[in-house]
Amino acid sequence: MHHRPDRGFDHAIPSEITPRAVYEGRRDWLRRLSAGALGAGLAGWAGREALAQAGPKAAALAALPGGKSAVAGANVMDAVTPKALSTTYNNFYEFGTDKADPARNAGTLKTRPWTVVVEGAVAKPRTYGIDDLLKLAPMEERIYRLRCVEGWSMVVPWVGWSLAELIKQVEPTGNAKFVEFHTLADAKTMPFVGSRVLEWPYVEGLRMDEAMHPLTMMVFGLYGEVLPNQNGAPLRLAVPWKYGFKSGKSIVKIRFTEQQPKTAWVKAAAQEYGFYSNVNPKVDHPRWSQATERRLGEDGIFAKKRPTLMFNGYESQVGQLYAGLDLAKNF
Amino acid sequence: MALAARLPTKHTMNKLLLHPAAKPLLFALALLPFAHLLWGAVQNTLGANPAEALIRGTGDWVLRFLCITLAVTPLREAFSLTGLARMRRMLGNFAFFYGLLHFLSYAWLDMGLDLPAIAADIPKRPFVLVGTLALLLMAPLAATSFNRAIKALGAARWKRLHKAVYGTALLGLLHFFWMRAGKNDFGEWAIYALVMAVLLGWRVRGALLRRRSASGSRAAAT
Repeated sequence: MHHRPDRGFDHAIPSEITPRAVYEGRRDWLRRLSAGALGAGLAGWAGREALAQAGPKAAALAALPGGKSAVAGANVMDAVTPKALSTTYNNFYEFGTDKADPARNAGTLKTRPWTVVVEGAVAKPRTYGIDDLLKLAPMEERIYRLRCVEGWSMVVPWVGWSLAELIKQVEPTGNAKFVEFHTLADAKTMPFVGSRVLEWPYVEGLRMDEAMHPLTMMVFGLYGEVLPNQNGAPLRLAVPWKYGFKSGKSIVKIRFTEQQPKTAWVKAAAQEYGFYSNVNPKVDHPRWSQATERRLGEDGIFAKKRPTLMFNGYESQVGQLYAGLDLAKNF
Repeated sequence: MALAARLPTKHTMNKLLLHPAAKPLLFALALLPFAHLLWGAVQNTLGANPAEALIRGTGDWVLRFLCITLAVTPLREAFSLTGLARMRRMLGNFAFFYGLLHFLSYAWLDMGLDLPAIAADIPKRPFVLVGTLALLLMAPLAATSFNRAIKALGAARWKRLHKAVYGTALLGLLHFFWMRAGKNDFGEWAIYALVMAVLLGWRVRGALLRRRSASGSRAAAT
């Protein structure tokens, strides 16, 4: 038997090898195992954390200022999370499941030209170009808490406008009970589209009254600049009283429906993720408690985690939407 | 050609492995991940979520040291590297060491050392329970890892006891599987599963061969 220590084990940068293996061998489990997974795993073995920190140099982003928002709850008093953290610690699975992957891999995303199809139960369906959307309503800066279902949180100064502005323009019909958000699934630019983590495209949804709530925000920027790709450029949603995964990134279609949308995480694990996914410290995720959270960049490693607030602290603004609803059942 | 070229390599390897500095060197190497994580925690270079990085980082190293420990005997036999044997207990102890660190990181960083909360959390979450069991199963092995324990127990009994490491490996694998199951993200898990399957499969094969040759010789004797 001959030793060949270098055979297939020499991949220095996981981002260079995993993606290709994934979209070439979409349904080819063995190939994924031998190339993509092996590469990622062995790179992990060799110290993936070290690579993650190198990261790409942040490209200069165009300024996108927003005026002060008059919406109740739009300006939390919490300290804003440093941009260096909120733009390098992301869940954007189309670019990889590691938190550092999106910042590393999302450079391939083409955000122009970009269109958003608005269709379904509306009187005026329309395809918007990104420039139409940027001008649709005055940009506002809103400082929202962002609570991830995984138990960490950030405070992000988003730039955008209330989704309600767009919804009013397209005039939903009486049949519009829900809004579905489809995000981009482009295997050419998104290396993990085709991986088995989730069903692509990533679909999220809201009840109509949730979508119309002034806090529900169409986001185009953060920290006074346009969105970096890894945060969901060129436009994404921010629904601050729900777990972060409800706020889809890089949205390409908004669809008004009568039926409750089949959303990505519900399809992946219905026992773990519900359609509502309101931040609720009393309803635990099956694999971890939701009672507390760690505020990134603020709470030290050894600090006790802070209590999670009902509806992420937006109870006085959104609590009435759920009057009479059993939140333990409708989690 | 291969045989002639490899014989001296094997001897050199064994000579290196038996060198008095080999064990302390391996000890220092095995502490490097710990030093790296500790340094990262102190310097705040573990990224946006250092607590998570510590919990996951220590957990990764438990699985890695279990793989390395389980690889010792197959490598020793396949390549006649007798000098490897003296490293095995130390490597196993490092698996336990990182397991303790992993549990401590969870208990401290995730649960704030709130003992009643930890006691409630472990049975509530299957993957935490399985991970805890894997660690508990390693404890008696770590506790009997010194020479006098082998003498006290008797080599045969000691060996039987230390077969519990297979259980730890499987529980650890299940723990990691469950942790990743929520995201259907099994790429990295598959590596560990593959390595452990090879290492445990090699043992199963050995046991089957031994049983066959034992029954064969019994048949020949009658």
